Amino acid sequence: MAALTEEQTLLRDSARAWVKDKSPVSALRKLRDAGTPLGYDAARWKEMAEMGWPGIIVPEAHGGSEFGYLSLGLVLEEMGRTLAASPLVSSSLGAATALMLGGNAAQKEKYLAPIAAGELVGTLAIDEGPHHAPERIAMKAKKTDAGYTLSGAKTLVAEGMAAGLFVVAARTSGRAGSTDGVSLFLVPADARGVKRAALQTMDSRGHAQVTFKAVKLGADALLGGEGQGWQVLEPTLDRTRAGLAAEMLGMAAAAFEQTVEYLKVRTQFGQLLSTFQALQHRAAKMFTELELTRSAVEAALQAIDTGANDIRELASLAKVRASETLHLVSNEMVQMHGGIGMTDAHDAGLYLKRARVVEAAYGNAAYHKERFARLNGI
Amino acid sequence: MAADTPELAAFRDEAAGWLAANFPASLKNRGHIMLNLNVETDEPDFVQWKQRMGEKGWGTPTWPRQYGGGGLSRDEARVLQQEMAKAGAWSPIGGMGVMMFGPTLLEYGSEEQKKRFAPGIVNGTTRWCQGFSEPGAGSDLASLATRCEDKGDHWLVNGSKIWTSGAQYADWIFCLVRTDTTRKHEGISFLLFDMKSPGVEVRPIKLISGNSPFCETFFTDVKVPKDQLMGPLNGGWTIAKRLLQFERQGLSGANGGPAGGTGGGTNRGPSDLVALARKYVGQDKDGRVADPALRQKLIDNAIRQKAFGLTLQRAAAEAKGGGGPSSATSVMKNAGAELGQERAELTLEIMGNQGLGWEGDGFDDLELGAVRGWLGGKAFTIYGGSSEIQNNIIAKRMLGMLDHQ
Ligand SMILES: Cc1cc2nc3c(=O)[nH]c(=O)nc-3n(C[C@H](O)[C@H](O)[C@H](O)COP(=O)(O)OP(=O)(O)OC[C@H]3O[C@@H](n4cnc5c(N)ncnc54)[C@H](O)[C@@H]3O)c2cc1C
Repeated sequence: MAALTEEQTLLRDSARAWVKDKSPVSALRKLRDAGTPLGYDAARWKEMAEMGWPGIIVPEAHGGSEFGYLSLGLVLEEMGRTLAASPLVSSSLGAATALMLGGNAAQKEKYLAPIAAGELVGTLAIDEGPHHAPERIAMKAKKTDAGYTLSGAKTLVAEGMAAGLFVVAARTSGRAGSTDGVSLFLVPADARGVKRAALQTMDSRGHAQVTFKAVKLGADALLGGEGQGWQVLEPTLDRTRAGLAAEMLGMAAAAFEQTVEYLKVRTQFGQLLSTFQALQHRAAKMFTELELTRSAVEAALQAIDTGANDIRELASLAKVRASETLHLVSNEMVQMHGGIGMTDAHDAGLYLKRARVVEAAYGNAAYHKERFARLNGI
Repeated sequence: MAADTPELAAFRDEAAGWLAANFPASLKNRGHIMLNLNVETDEPDFVQWKQRMGEKGWGTPTWPRQYGGGGLSRDEARVLQQEMAKAGAWSPIGGMGVMMFGPTLLEYGSEEQKKRFAPGIVNGTTRWCQGFSEPGAGSDLASLATRCEDKGDHWLVNGSKIWTSGAQYADWIFCLVRTDTTRKHEGISFLLFDMKSPGVEVRPIKLISGNSPFCETFFTDVKVPKDQLMGPLNGGWTIAKRLLQFERQGLSGANGGPAGGTGGGTNRGPSDLVALARKYVGQDKDGRVADPALRQKLIDNAIRQKAFGLTLQRAAAEAKGGGGPSSATSVMKNAGAELGQERAELTLEIMGNQGLGWEGDGFDDLELGAVRGWLGGKAFTIYGGSSEIQNNIIAKRMLGMLDHQ
């Protein structure tokens, strides 16, 4: 565990208590059974906003608390533990970061305060195909006299049904595969030509497919320089990945703890499952993996807060570790519970399903291994 | 492949001829779609095909003729399978009766029981379910507690089973019951009864895949006729172990189970992962799957899949004329289950964002099927005795390793 400031300890403890009380796993189950396309509980989101969580990384000048990324990661980890649904990753982390890194004074002024207050949900709209490949963005933005016209589609947009603002990556020049020529645009969800359709993903969260049909934007919609979007997009993605990895760490830790708890109460062959060495060793292995993952996640978040120069590498490291550990633990959770773990009434399936979605989001383990290798000259 | 002997060549002609005359073209290659339905279709072609196969006994090709089976030798059965595959034909006769209860019945049933129960399996009119597991008796199956008392002219059964696959559709159950509470393994008997008996109640349980393929099954004062005990009183454990070997053999993919990717109900994934990867991930200029990490996994999987297929073939060759499945089925079951799960995980990874769907228009049927199949397939390493239990069997029975206690 990273050395936390007093404020961070308080934040984490209050997040832990709130999540346990207000957003246990049963809340996600209820949400799923109700089938709302929003994918989270608006009343609970309001409570989170009252506690200031959507503004944790946002500068004080824009209504945030400027607590930093590690602090937000602490909250996200707690949210992950119970699969608590909210736009914290997509909006309070992803969209807020894009604005903080790329926004001009007017854009920050307009959007950051409502995002920090949880009144506006922003989200990154990046992926275009089955795999995260921001370098290969193909969606077109055509320059016009008044500004730009956007045409194309984005998929697996997190909180896409709730979002009021999309941060859209499109190409103003260059070819798919080149990071030059990518530009970012701030597109209000109610702009003419924007259409969204809910993607009913297995984690029951609010993903959407968003299509842009000749959406006309003013020049002021450009976030960062024209064709220079990558300079904002890459660091934005890395910060989002590190935060998501914290959520994944929380999921894996909770899934692991519940599994070990079960081994300590279930009896077969006249003894507790926890007495079988075959299972003990696998639990020990998972614990080891969790420890390594925690180090990677915390290091990435701290590097962001201190402005270190190895953020890219650490973000990929954190995402790989979190993906692989969560993959392992979510599978073992089902296996070690036996038949009961296969039932819908048990929570194991909910962890398993959410796990695969976050594993894929913002680049899966394979994507980040390759990136890690490139960054390290392997 | 070795050339047919003249007798086999003649049989091959006979089989091909019979299939040509009897297998309806409308059903060609629709086997694993139609058999995945829990409730059988009443499509006239299907009904007729099932009836013909039942009469011929070729859904249970090696079972003796006197109980309605096909009476074929193993070699003939293999030829029949090849000819069926060639014709796109598939057996409409299946389920737990064919896979595990029937073979056990033929070994342990009385003459009267074989005559009574085999034909319903052969012609697919009686569906069986397996009443083994209980809430307190899963891996430790022999700790089962469902009571069966001798009431003179009948047995009286009280207790409950869980995870009973297909109980809501089954006509009959083969059930492990406790007939002696003073001994563990030696106090278990193997009982057969009608699921419509008064006192039998089933409650479907929903799975993480969204299906409800299994049930909680309750017995309250269920009266069972005396002649429905199979094997000796308190001799059920030996029979159960034998049945589990047949089950593992079936689940390993030896009969086209999960690992084979054809039967198995839950594995609806695509058969060619490499083609799928090219479609979703693309290929480099040399035609290789574009994502190198994924490509490595596909290579590993293909190699293991191939080695597994060869192992199944070798085991079949070695068992020729021998006494059916052995402890080695634990090896097959584990390897097959792992491969099946690995393929499902790979399928999702290949599909990426498109492999995350639950329902709705954003995903096509193959993508949604892959997700449900992946979830359902998590059971491969749990049912039929979990992988951990198979490993214990391998270590103890095959490798002679002792318990540490
Ligand atoms: C889809 C599905 C269908 C099924 N269909 C049927 C059916 O039709 N009829 C029927 O009777 N049963 C059926 N089962 C039940 C199945 O056989 C049991 O779930 C299985 O035997 C495991 O028992 P359990 O669920 O009680 O898990 P437990 O025995 O409680 O096991 C929990 C975990 O502990 C592990 N474990 C247990 N003992 C040991 C040990 N000594 N060493 C190391 N690890 C150990 C297990 O491997 C497992 O990972 C089905 C199960 C599923 C999931």
